[in-house]
Amino acid sequence: MVETAITLWEALPFELRTLVTITAKILLIVGPLMLAVAYLTYAERRVIGYMQTRRGPNRVGWRGLLQPIADGLKLLTKEVILPTNANRFLFLLAPVLSLGPSLAAWSVVPFAEGWILADIDAALLFVLALTSVGVYGVIIAGWASNSKYAFLGALRSAAQMVSYEIAMGFALVGVVMVGGSLNLGVITQGQEGWFFWNWYWLPLLPLFVVYFISGVAETNRLPFDIAEGESEIVAGFHVEYSGMAFAIFFLAEYANMILIAALAAIMFLGGWQAPWPDGMLGDFVLLNDGLHWLLLKTAAMALLYLWFRATFPRYRYDQIMRLGWKIFIPVTIVSIAYIGVMAWYGWGPWFA
Amino acid sequence: MTAISQFFKSFLLWELFKGMRLTGRHFFSRKTTIAYPEEKTPKSPRFRGLHALRRYPNGEERCIACKLCEAVCPALAITIESEQREDGTRRTTRYDIDLFKCIYCGLCEESCPVDSIVEMDVHEYHFEQRGEQIITKQELLALGDKYEEQIARARALDAPYR
Repeated sequence: MVETAITLWEALPFELRTLVTITAKILLIVGPLMLAVAYLTYAERRVIGYMQTRRGPNRVGWRGLLQPIADGLKLLTKEVILPTNANRFLFLLAPVLSLGPSLAAWSVVPFAEGWILADIDAALLFVLALTSVGVYGVIIAGWASNSKYAFLGALRSAAQMVSYEIAMGFALVGVVMVGGSLNLGVITQGQEGWFFWNWYWLPLLPLFVVYFISGVAETNRLPFDIAEGESEIVAGFHVEYSGMAFAIFFLAEYANMILIAALAAIMFLGGWQAPWPDGMLGDFVLLNDGLHWLLLKTAAMALLYLWFRATFPRYRYDQIMRLGWKIFIPVTIVSIAYIGVMAWYGWGPWFA
Repeated sequence: MTAISQFFKSFLLWELFKGMRLTGRHFFSRKTTIAYPEEKTPKSPRFRGLHALRRYPNGEERCIACKLCEAVCPALAITIESEQREDGTRRTTRYDIDLFKCIYCGLCEESCPVDSIVEMDVHEYHFEQRGEQIITKQELLALGDKYEEQIARARALDAPYR
């Protein structure tokens, strides 16, 4: 039975086999990712509820665990309203444009040693490029809606995302200098060893902080959510969206959050590496390098997102610009300078 | 000096960490939510919910159709018509309360000289059809019969303060 299946498989043309394998891998990544997105919304409502001494959703299913599925079904059955004079094509294209890049970026994320869809050398550049393309979804949504609020939201988020992209890019330059590669897998392998000694978060602490805060700004999450700003411009760029079109924006936002969290875990927290040298604590699977460490670190970083949201009030527009241009960019430039010098001369224990 | 410490504080995100510590502490605190249908908050005996008409222990209805409640009702929710009964006493033939108009102020209960119309601590009720919100004399009396024990207990608890 198994042998016939293998012979059948090998009888297929090579191109078809590659296509099937890649599709299977994509499904293997996107499926769990969508599930993670759904449950991140649940986790968000729960965690924020707990921090506000509420309970959060606990009615649908056991402890509310079916809540995201109920929400999804509700949004699926709702009508997608097209506003009058909205640009029909762009209006419907925008959600896809914001979700697409945040999913595509996962193709270069190394989940474990060798577990990667596309092992390309310019992975970091690819990720930066795709997260920038995500801005277009927001801008097009704001423009195509033919609504003042949506347009204001789009303008704000365009300005914000462009500003923070710079700081984010600079922060990653430090990682690239120390890691010596743009390949995320190689960057992870460069952090083999102890979590405070070999991982990059401590030697590159200022860059780590700048990267993560820029990431929060980049995903338009609180306290940087002026693109949505409920109290000022209702819901910003997606006021006019309803039903599944709105749900796709939501998915994109949360997929982006997970992506930024995963990238932070990969570039600063050692990705799939255990917090100690591989194999030091015996052969038990969970104590050695593997996918679970990446998931754990990503979950921890995603939790930070929720924690921020529960804690901080929204920044004013000018404060956001001040933080981005007058604080983050100088900090990153200074950091790049001294890290560059240290890495060049191999000073300190970290930059051998 | 303060400027320098301010500088370092802002760079070390001191205040942000303080805020996060606070919310982090609240994460583990006891939750104040009441899981409503299973748990309920205690209600005061003065709670003003659904109305009822009471009877005397011998089964005679208390209401004497004085129409004080109708007169005092600020929302004009009460409609009363009365007639002389065969035994010569004045009784209502119609006693309707429109629960959509009613603002649950409790003035009808205050004004009643015979403690007939009362507002109970029942607040879980609903209407499925238009028109059901007008409750008639029969329905009010039935409610009074059903909840008499509860009504009497609440009045007794509140009596010392009246």
